[in-house]
Amino acid sequence: MSTVADNINVGQKPEGLEGTGFFATRLEQVVGLARKNSIWPLPFATSCCGIEFMATMGAHYDLARFGSERLSFSPRQADLLMVMGTIAKKMGPVLKQVYEQMAEPRWVLSVGACASSGGIFDTYSVLQGIDRIIPVDVYVPGCPPRPEQIIDGVMKIQALVESESLRRRDSKEYKAMLNTYGIE
Amino acid sequence: MLYDFPVISLKQDKIVDVIKHLRDHAETKFQFLTTLCGIHYAEVNQIAVMYQLHNMVSNQRVRLKIYLPVENPVVQSLTSVFPGANWMERETYDFYGVKFEGHPNLKRILNVDEMIIFPLRKEYPLEDQVRVDKNDSMFGR
Ligand code: SF4
Repeated sequence: MSTVADNINVGQKPEGLEGTGFFATRLEQVVGLARKNSIWPLPFATSCCGIEFMATMGAHYDLARFGSERLSFSPRQADLLMVMGTIAKKMGPVLKQVYEQMAEPRWVLSVGACASSGGIFDTYSVLQGIDRIIPVDVYVPGCPPRPEQIIDGVMKIQALVESESLRRRDSKEYKAMLNTYGIE
Repeated sequence: MLYDFPVISLKQDKIVDVIKHLRDHAETKFQFLTTLCGIHYAEVNQIAVMYQLHNMVSNQRVRLKIYLPVENPVVQSLTSVFPGANWMERETYDFYGVKFEGHPNLKRILNVDEMIIFPLRKEYPLEDQVRVDKNDSMFGR
């Protein structure tokens, strides 16, 4: 076998029982591993943070390294909603509808001060954080955050995805949480 | 007079006729409505509607202002003279609550429909009141 170059990280296989010709592990871990490395992000970019995200997608930072090759501009098949930029109150219902159209399991990454808290726009027209209308898994701080920070956020999402139990979405707590947002 | 820019204040019930005259008269020919917007003078309890016209031939401008009481700001719509006033009047309604009689579709245009205030009147805070965790000194207040 050829040796692996030392600047390449190979994904770790999950814990399990190993012997000649077989390897047994928990289904949850296999599914987690698969999901983690095949995230399909749905970018929802409205302003300056969205430009930063474009750099993240570009050749230099290359988000595709994380298995996020296909950016889906449709909720169909997408499982990571990335909200980047100022969300006006008028845009709120649109964002919520996009989130509702995504199938479970779905995760949300809130990029930048605006999406996370309204940012400097503490005004009558700007939504003071998208967590007022949809649940958020990871917040990326900054105005704007550097592409490295966005990648860090994506990796934090991956860590969540990998370790999430298969039954989490059926749990009472999860449903109650969605109910607080008025989502069935 | 503001620089070389005449500013004329006039009675509100004449405004449409005056602008129509300015548009059609051979010597004035103000055929381009550049701006229409509201101004709230809180200290005198009045809302002004400002019309700015441009003569494209002689490159002259004129600004007309009318004053309305805050309690009931009603004025004739200019859409019959300048169709371009449609958008601007809706915006003025949205932000100042000026009612333009005869406007074909006078409803909010930029803000959410559920909004109960007219945000650019000086009676209302510009900040969103829902946040209590922001440090005011960072926002110049
Ligand atoms: S957080 Fe800053 S950079 Fe990002 S959208 Fe808001 S204002 Fe723009």
